[in-house]
Amino acid sequence: MTEPILVFDDVHLSFAGVKAVNGVSFEVGERELFAIIGPNGAGKTSIFNVLSGVYRPQRGRVVFDGVDLVGKPPHRIAALGMARTFQNIELFSNLTVLDNLMLGRHHHIRYGAPSAFAWFGRARHEEIANRAVVENIVDFLELEQWRSFPVGLLPYGVQKRVELGRALAMEPKLLLLDEPVAGMNLEETEDMARFVLDIRDELDIPMILVEHDMGLVMDLADRVMAMDFGTPIVTGTPGQVQADEGVIRAYLGQEHATEVTS
Amino acid sequence: MTEQRSTSVSTKASRQLWGRPELYTSYGQNLRMLNTRPKQVAVVAMVLLAATYVPFGLPDEWLHLFAMGLAAAIGAIGLNIVTGYAGQVSLGHAFFLAIGAYTASALSGEPGRRTIGFGITFLPLWLLAAGVVAGVAGVIVAPLATRLRGLYLAIVTLGLVFLGLHIFKEWKALTGGPGVGRQGPVPEMFGQRLDRNGDLLTGDQKMYLLTLVLLVIFAVFARNLVRSKVGRAFAAVRDRDIAADVIGVSVTRYKVLAFGISSFYAGCAGALLYAVLGRVEPDSFNLLLSIQFVAMVLIGGAGTISGSIMGALFITMLPRLTQELPTVLPFISSDVTAPLGAANLAIIFYGLMIILFLIFEPRGLFGIWIRIRNYFKAWPFSY
Repeated sequence: MTEPILVFDDVHLSFAGVKAVNGVSFEVGERELFAIIGPNGAGKTSIFNVLSGVYRPQRGRVVFDGVDLVGKPPHRIAALGMARTFQNIELFSNLTVLDNLMLGRHHHIRYGAPSAFAWFGRARHEEIANRAVVENIVDFLELEQWRSFPVGLLPYGVQKRVELGRALAMEPKLLLLDEPVAGMNLEETEDMARFVLDIRDELDIPMILVEHDMGLVMDLADRVMAMDFGTPIVTGTPGQVQADEGVIRAYLGQEHATEVTS
Repeated sequence: MTEQRSTSVSTKASRQLWGRPELYTSYGQNLRMLNTRPKQVAVVAMVLLAATYVPFGLPDEWLHLFAMGLAAAIGAIGLNIVTGYAGQVSLGHAFFLAIGAYTASALSGEPGRRTIGFGITFLPLWLLAAGVVAGVAGVIVAPLATRLRGLYLAIVTLGLVFLGLHIFKEWKALTGGPGVGRQGPVPEMFGQRLDRNGDLLTGDQKMYLLTLVLLVIFAVFARNLVRSKVGRAFAAVRDRDIAADVIGVSVTRYKVLAFGISSFYAGCAGALLYAVLGRVEPDSFNLLLSIQFVAMVLIGGAGTISGSIMGALFITMLPRLTQELPTVLPFISSDVTAPLGAANLAIIFYGLMIILFLIFEPRGLFGIWIRIRNYFKAWPFSY
């Protein structure tokens, strides 16, 4: 494996008595699709919140592309090249699809308030250049027909895609997908899976995927980490994880674990 | 060759604009401020009308009122930037108007009089100074907004108004004290007093034209701001601040920026408004003034620049319009003390308007305009 893009080293995060993340370590390599699975409350989203700077862990190191992230505010981490989508859609619902995607370009657009007031010159030039980038993403995610709709009016599946688009607009070095197909029907799930594969194969962006749809995870992921109660159970290829006794116990209970292995 | 191509492109673009207004052939065209032909025609026509017919066709009494409305519109745009776009409810707008008004009055006031004066009557100078001082005050107050939100922020900014009211009442050297006041900013440019009758134009005509020109400049700047990266960041902070942070928008920075720009606008508006009125009285910067500006934003339409202008004109005109009522409806008394007199009626109307707009058209006058436009766009179908 080449130099890992992300090193998550022995991270502990607790809220009063609850240990949300309890000594988790993993690495994500370049161009890797790394999946995290686990029952509800296992600490998957907490890991994402530590990564994007929303929570600050009590112990441990998070090194992203050579930079330690612990203690950095979210907007700094975003500027370093970390993009994420949310489990419950967090779009700017009054803005159009285009504006939401343009917000993803925020730290690629360099001009400040003085140029914004003047508009002509720098601001206009950069707006047009970044609009072209955003239009490529609109093409890539097949959002053409929704372009100028306020996102609050769009169907759920399309909103999920817009959120993915907003993250892609950031041109991230690492993409965090928090349950990208939650609540979707089969067709929408397949569309999303196709987009995730395209992102890996065409755009070469490494991803961390949190998902409950096991079929999707096992089909897409290069490596999977299974968690329960904030602690990792096993990390390995989809096949290894599926066969692991601890994972079966966490999902189905003690009885089934013995049943399957015997 | 190049000439031929350029003409063919331009005719193509114009034909598409007339025939299919929604079709654009370049991003630059799409991003224009007035990106359709009807918008261009309407705005140019309105500005021309306001610059030619209004100042020369209407009586001076009306021009005075219009000038007040146009100056107030600059302040309303400011409040709309912080409240409508960046979503930070502020009831402290009167405080920033006061800072602007007093900065300008003190700078342009005659030296050696009862109140402080530096004798700098050059208009652009005191206008800019009023904006900058108020803007700095806004930036100082802004950290409150990073700690509080919604109603709590509204209450804290309300505190600013009372704080200011007390200071202005006590600081008699600057303000002249309650009930007395001081002379407002002196509008002078290139040796011309803009508020006095001249050879060509009356004082009211000059002040009207001055506020009109300044409003157009301030409105265009504000419109540029809100369609830029900064405006989008404001909207992101308003709609979902945590998501804004995670995609790289520094919430603190943009809240401070919103307060600073909004207060700059308020300061300029305060200076201009009291230059039109001619006299500044410390009691006038009370809660009612703040509420009036909130009403301008709500009735005009939160999150729109043109709405702020409509709202400001509407609110400024309202008392004058109710004064006309007794001539139309004889049962309404023009006596100030009568319970259903014209003066009280203005206040009743005013509250009624806010309630009605919030219930029936939260997008304000701008929303009504959008509905009219959509009706004709879809005609002959109902939607």
